[in-house]
Amino acid sequence: MLYAFVLFPLVGALAAWVIPSQRLRPRILPVVGAVHLAITLAVLADTPPLSPEGWVGLDPLGKIVLLSISLLFLACAVYAVGYLAYRQERSNRVLCMGVLVCLSAMTLVTMSRHLGLLWVALETTTVSMAPLVYFNKNARSIEATWKYLLICSVGIALALLGLFFLAYSTIVAGQIEPTLLLDPLIASAGKLHPAWLHAAFIFLLVGFGSKMGLAPLHTWKPDAYGEAPGLVGALLSGGLVNCAFLAVLRVYQICAASGAELVFFRNALMALGFVSMAFAAVFMVRQTDFKRMLAWSSVEHVGILAVALGLGKGALFGALFHVLNNGLSKGVLFLSSGNIHRSYNSKTTDVVRGALRRLPWSGALFLAGFIAITGSPPFSPFLSEYQIVSSAFMQGSGRAGAAFLLLLAVVFIGMASTVLPLVLGDPPKELQASEYRERFLTVGPPLFLMGIILMLGVWIPEPLLVLLRDGAALLEATR
Amino acid sequence: MNSLADQLLVLVMLINFVVLGSSRLAFCIQAVAAQGVILGLLPGIIHPFSWHLAGITACILLAKGLIIPWLINDATRKAQIKREVEPFVGYVTTLLLGAVFTAMAFVFAERLPLAPAHKDLLVVPASIATLLTGFLVLTTRRKAISQVIGYLVLENGIFIFGLLLTEAMPVMVEAGVLLDLLVGIFVMGIVINQISHEFSTIDTSLLSALKEES
Repeated sequence: MLYAFVLFPLVGALAAWVIPSQRLRPRILPVVGAVHLAITLAVLADTPPLSPEGWVGLDPLGKIVLLSISLLFLACAVYAVGYLAYRQERSNRVLCMGVLVCLSAMTLVTMSRHLGLLWVALETTTVSMAPLVYFNKNARSIEATWKYLLICSVGIALALLGLFFLAYSTIVAGQIEPTLLLDPLIASAGKLHPAWLHAAFIFLLVGFGSKMGLAPLHTWKPDAYGEAPGLVGALLSGGLVNCAFLAVLRVYQICAASGAELVFFRNALMALGFVSMAFAAVFMVRQTDFKRMLAWSSVEHVGILAVALGLGKGALFGALFHVLNNGLSKGVLFLSSGNIHRSYNSKTTDVVRGALRRLPWSGALFLAGFIAITGSPPFSPFLSEYQIVSSAFMQGSGRAGAAFLLLLAVVFIGMASTVLPLVLGDPPKELQASEYRERFLTVGPPLFLMGIILMLGVWIPEPLLVLLRDGAALLEATR
Repeated sequence: MNSLADQLLVLVMLINFVVLGSSRLAFCIQAVAAQGVILGLLPGIIHPFSWHLAGITACILLAKGLIIPWLINDATRKAQIKREVEPFVGYVTTLLLGAVFTAMAFVFAERLPLAPAHKDLLVVPASIATLLTGFLVLTTRRKAISQVIGYLVLENGIFIFGLLLTEAMPVMVEAGVLLDLLVGIFVMGIVINQISHEFSTIDTSLLSALKEES
């Protein structure tokens, strides 16, 4: 059942390969996206049992990430139909296939119970996204693709070494069956050899951290996000980031079970998280390229996630909720910024002004997305960030809480100084008319995501609340 | 059989120096291919025969010995380059650094808490030395192809460590890792072609248009 769920986007990819028509091909995406969301909701309500050999199964952590990916993908898929209609000059075969292969791999990431399988799926997401970053086929996008491919590949190779160390720690410890299956590892975490476990955690954190884009391993991020089309940026920042974060969560679970390593791992996460937020705060100020600005916002938010994991306890709930909120808000921002980019044919603030006048829907969505992502009520990122900050103060780490708030404020000011002139005021007079018109297909998807964020900010459905609590309970230290 | 394995691992470490010291890309590619083939043979020497082992050996030999070198050679031919002309750091310096790293790998491996069965093997020092060599090539060379070679050497280093863990790594996963590596190199080969097409060179130091404006 779950295997079929992983494989069916690949059938879509095959169909995208076979269909000769430029115009019809993108329509596969919403079909696959809608079916994917339907199956996701079905397996969330009625979870299939673990596969017999224990490799594939869904737990609350996987479910949260699966839900965020599925919602985001459906929005991106519908958007793709509208977007690609404006890009008839380029073949969209590779884009359609890459997106679907990536969806399959992301689904596999969420349900892997074997860390080796998780690694393979994660690396597949990296490779399948590379040709998509290069969609615009110019000198700048090739540079971005090269950096993305090389840094992520090397990073994820180091994570493989970390996995080997983890497996070796079971061998050195003796008495335990050597394995990389998650459940036996968690069960026997206390008996693993501590030195190898320590080395494993360092390499896993560096490896998955570079894929997530935690500073100082984030250097590929502004380039790749800046040059990729909006919908690819949305999938990178809301899909791949969440998958890499799930990998970090798996490592965290083993840490929490081993007990001894947890303090070290938490401190390391906290440090990397604050460094990421600080980098983002510095580079966000006076950023003239709004897509790069969104990339820095992504660096900031993976920092927030890392800090929340580092804090532990009540912040864990906030972290898991933020996974969902960040992914969906990034979807709103990247999709609406794609529209703005299309209409102005530029992504720098010296040309792009007065977006609210020129593009009332996309401009408003971009503004609303900015308000949401910076953590203002009534949107849901406010709730998750509030949860994290209040947990920091309740645990008595007031300094961490204060630093967190300060960095959020700096980021808010930095981002506002780019976003506000961009959406407000009058469009430049010398600007040529563009063929881009606001249509349902390009405005509807970000509107749909914005609606979810607003809803979650006001009211969290009971099943989701239970899911988040169960997930946080899995991450709590058991010893 | 372990002495044979150790001799092959010494050969692997010598190949590291060949890669570090050679400016001819075709030669480097052959060296990495040879390294891959030796690594493909090693599991068969260390572990007793099984069909699973035979299958994975065949896959590794095919991928690392034939397909990957062919992919990189193809990219080199299309980009029409033969040599790494001006590395960021000279050949003599990188060779010396490589020697220092290899020595450090041995000292470091001495101190690691290895399982008793693995104490006398060269696997861990060879793994660390190869890994560091890969990093050295990745960071000191300009050409995109040299960086791919560095990435491959790095992967080889990780693979050597994997020799200690065949029990923990099922066939499916090993095959998946290999497939990902293969597709990764394939995509890198395409990107290299595009770089040479766009910039008429594959010097990655020219890839510097994207940065923060100050």
